[in-house]
Amino acid sequence: MLESRVPAGPLAEKWDRHRFEMKLVNPANKRKYSVLVVGSGLAGGAAAATLAELGYKVKCFCIQDSPRRAHSIAAQGGINAAKNYQNDGDSIWRLFYDTVKGGDYRAREANVHRLAQISNHIIDQCVAQGVPFAREYGGLLANRSFGGAQVSRTFYARGQTGQQLLLGAYSALSHMIQAGKVEMFPRTEMLDLLVIDGKARGIVSRSLLDGSIDVHIADAVVLCTGGYGNVFYLSTNAMASNVTASWRAHRRGAFFANPCYTQIHPTCIPVHGEQQSKLTLMSESLRNDGRVWVPKQKGDQRRPADIPDAERDYYLERRYPSFGNLVPRDVASRAAKAVCDEGYGVGSTGMAVYLDFSDAIRREGEDSIRQKYGNLFHMYQKITNENPYHTPMKIYPAVHYTMGGLWVDYNLMSSIPGLFVLGEANFSDHGANRLGASALMQGLADGYFVIPYTIGGYFGSTPLKPVQIDQSECKAVKQEASERIDKLLAVKGKRTVDSFHKELGHIMWNNCGMARNRQGLEDALQRIPQIREEFWTNVTVTGSAGELNQTLEKAGRVADFLEFAELMVNDALHREESCGGHFREEYQTEEGEARRDDENFCYVAAWEYNGVGRPATLHKEPLEFENVKLTQRSYK
Amino acid sequence: MSAQTINIRLKVWRQNGAHDAGRLESYELNDVSTDSSFLEMLDQLNENLMEQGKEPVAFDHDCREGICGTCGAVVNGFAHGPESGTTLCQTHMRSFKNGETIVIEPFRARSFPVIKDLVVDRGSFDSITQAGGYVSVRTGSAPDANAIPIPKDDADRAFEAAACIGCGACVAACPNASAMLYVSAKVSHLALLPQGQVEAPQRALAMVQRMDELGFGNCSNVRECEAVCPKEISVDNIARLNREFLKAAVR
Repeated sequence: MLESRVPAGPLAEKWDRHRFEMKLVNPANKRKYSVLVVGSGLAGGAAAATLAELGYKVKCFCIQDSPRRAHSIAAQGGINAAKNYQNDGDSIWRLFYDTVKGGDYRAREANVHRLAQISNHIIDQCVAQGVPFAREYGGLLANRSFGGAQVSRTFYARGQTGQQLLLGAYSALSHMIQAGKVEMFPRTEMLDLLVIDGKARGIVSRSLLDGSIDVHIADAVVLCTGGYGNVFYLSTNAMASNVTASWRAHRRGAFFANPCYTQIHPTCIPVHGEQQSKLTLMSESLRNDGRVWVPKQKGDQRRPADIPDAERDYYLERRYPSFGNLVPRDVASRAAKAVCDEGYGVGSTGMAVYLDFSDAIRREGEDSIRQKYGNLFHMYQKITNENPYHTPMKIYPAVHYTMGGLWVDYNLMSSIPGLFVLGEANFSDHGANRLGASALMQGLADGYFVIPYTIGGYFGSTPLKPVQIDQSECKAVKQEASERIDKLLAVKGKRTVDSFHKELGHIMWNNCGMARNRQGLEDALQRIPQIREEFWTNVTVTGSAGELNQTLEKAGRVADFLEFAELMVNDALHREESCGGHFREEYQTEEGEARRDDENFCYVAAWEYNGVGRPATLHKEPLEFENVKLTQRSYK
Repeated sequence: MSAQTINIRLKVWRQNGAHDAGRLESYELNDVSTDSSFLEMLDQLNENLMEQGKEPVAFDHDCREGICGTCGAVVNGFAHGPESGTTLCQTHMRSFKNGETIVIEPFRARSFPVIKDLVVDRGSFDSITQAGGYVSVRTGSAPDANAIPIPKDDADRAFEAAACIGCGACVAACPNASAMLYVSAKVSHLALLPQGQVEAPQRALAMVQRMDELGFGNCSNVRECEAVCPKEISVDNIARLNREFLKAAVR
């Protein structure tokens, strides 16, 4: 049933061969096809602009007030490409290999290789758009090494690479809007997917301004709606990031793959207290120059500067001598949790470790550090009121990215024909752990260079019957969406939406976060349905449906998180191994590292929806590695 | 950074839609942690209001990291509040005193109509970008990224202009509600790069024309825009825009 549609042939030739073999839509016919792109981040903005350039009729939707504000904007560190401009031994093959290994051998080989191939075109495209990447004095592009890579392949624009890349995609999108080829719907949310005759044929949307609910018909739907990290309540995701579009598609038949693969980023600003609404990431590029340590003595209250070197435990350098502070994110996060759980943590809560730049400042001078990280240091100081040039940063891991997502085949098409899923919203390229500077690469690869081809292949080989906006299927789905809104408003209970979201987040963080075990997961499965039940009988949603109502928006999203959370926990429970971001305490080596079980779990877990609270059906896509030998990841 | 709690008085602009006259309403808010961000303080106010069955204050926000440009309000007379070079979401309550009265109003400008409470419609910024804020390069048609070296200094200055987050504080702070800083940042960013120079004349003309059509005022060198800009975009960009515009106009 799960057909990955990976083309035959040698790995390096698969994508070329596939592009040749796919059907084309002739230029004059492209304008007859309409595409809905939901989301306007790197994947969505790039897809909408590129599909419009090709001649397709495109509508693009985003929940923000402008497509430029999608959460891709917050990415800091950089974007990888196999340019080998530094002559340090990089290649497409090495980027492919590192990404498969970094993903702990739980990604699809062919997708990852394609990603590595495309990576170089992305940089070319972005530079041509005017993305102001960092440059050297000779005028050529600068690179840095990033998060676990031993070559310098990361392109960056100070600490705001995401914003600059997104502004590139936004500018291309703006161009196409001006040309009348994209119709843009800002402040508009997708509430449901229209599936007619087994194919995705449109969406039901709600205007966040006046609450009007509309049906949009098309020949294909492209979801670029990001990840589900906010199921944890506290994460580095933007406040409005949500799982609704993916979850609604899942309820209509799209399989959800590997939801338990979540990335906990090691370098975030620690939680300050109960009123905390979100967490802030400090780019892991900081680990290039910062050294992570905790005092050797538990509960050491001395100021960090007063603790001599010999009394500090640089635990990453100690445990992983060859990668040191640059071990991948999952490894660094778990190590921080371990030292804090053992009582070595610092700060008022004891849930933090030091990230210390004093050596780098001594070596290179404060100016050089300011050049590299000025805006990050500035942001840190704004938030914490401490000056990281003079005292070490305090950091702690936080939820940052979700590798799981809707299942897609090699063409990025979900299990519903005509529904394509791009960027963080799909599951395909990062396996169980994403390497730094790979998210931007994947979002743009999917949007600029994969979907423009594969959607043509779909149109060229699929007969599509006309759909009328007033036919009964469309009316029924619209009616359902509208009734759900009314139902949320009708509860008129006592508890705020946020209080439910916080309660859910607390359970997910404690029981399905950085480390998981059977007992905790089973406990979560008891409690989530109870919260969900109370939500639908005791939530208070003020205001009405026909206006800008931010409480109502949030209520709909939290309601979906309350359903999704159960699937995520079930996935974590079923995967009786540790891999990447999924760490089951029962499955670890004697040294406390993740222990994979390739014999029994080397597959993608794709879940089919059977109803709220009912067990989903598991479909397995076996992962076959023809080019890479599976090994225990070692960064020692 | 020992956290304390403070009690504050708020006067918040409430307006139910574009056609409502709007008014300032007063609220007391106790036990606000000085480590909370300004928006977390508003969350706390809204939780209190909702627990009393009242409508929360509508305000725009998203990333809360100072980069998405969604948030913004005029606080005690300053766009984005009292701290310079800082978005509202990155302003922390340690900047306020116990017992202080804080007045919060939306960004006001003819081209930013109020939608509700502190939420305004900045769609006019998107429209200006659509008029020409891009390099017309089709996906797939780019040469190798290192084919055209760019002097580091130019690249750095382009970056500094490109750091604009499109929040609209410059317009809200300007006595003429001019969008010159926003437009000049985009025009400068692209004009400083060889890739952007091909279309530089049309871009300057088209973006300025669209800005005028949308009802933004003129620049009269008051420089309030630069003072409130959370990304500290320099008014030098306005000088560059004027040069680009003149060059294009006399061609």
